[in-house]
Amino acid sequence: MDAIIISPDPIDAPETLKQFETEASGAGGIVSFTGNVRPVAKFGPVKSLFLQSYSPLTENGIKSALETAQARWPLMGVRIVHRIGEMAPGETIVFVATASAHRRAAFEAADFLMDYLKTEAVFWKKETTETEEAWIEPRGEDYSDANRWQLEDAT
Amino acid sequence: MAKLLYFGRLSDITGTAEETLSLPLEVETAGDLRQWLDLRFECAGALLEPTVRIAVNSEIIFDSTGLSEGDEIAFMPPVGGG
Repeated sequence: MDAIIISPDPIDAPETLKQFETEASGAGGIVSFTGNVRPVAKFGPVKSLFLQSYSPLTENGIKSALETAQARWPLMGVRIVHRIGEMAPGETIVFVATASAHRRAAFEAADFLMDYLKTEAVFWKKETTETEEAWIEPRGEDYSDANRWQLEDAT
Repeated sequence: MAKLLYFGRLSDITGTAEETLSLPLEVETAGDLRQWLDLRFECAGALLEPTVRIAVNSEIIFDSTGLSEGDEIAFMPPVGGG
């Protein structure tokens, strides 16, 4: 399986994790994160979420974030799966898994990659509720989460 | 002809996600194109916001970058997935 997958196909997170664990056998620690479409938004119940990407910028950016993670933590495996197109509440939008000899590297690398995906990865999100269609941009909190890694870079 | 792409909320403002046009003579740089399109779509500065980045042929560039016929020029509001 490729390390990075961007596709309109539904993501089966448990199955993806199972495959990753098989491939990463020998790792002491495996961390995974699954992000799902929230059922309720600011403007009420969510009908659908639409994810737009821009190839090859989206792929190149994620590849470069993955290389940054690999340079920074001793990883034995990484998997990033991101869905694009139209999806329904409860469906998986993103799956990230990391494997390392020890837990800390796996936790931190997964956290770093998720912060990248939330604030820098080339995607645009549109949320449709009963009454509204709204493009969602990162929140201040998403940017401050992502900045945690930059501050460390500077030292 | 250049291919223009408007991503995210910008496509709501321009009314289209993609168009092809001949670059006007007075448009030499990406910054010129921003100004020209902002007036053309009457979008009151939406295309001039510094958070709207421009990519030419899949590379993010500065407003001072020169444009050529045949370029694919993308207007990108703040990104974020997950």
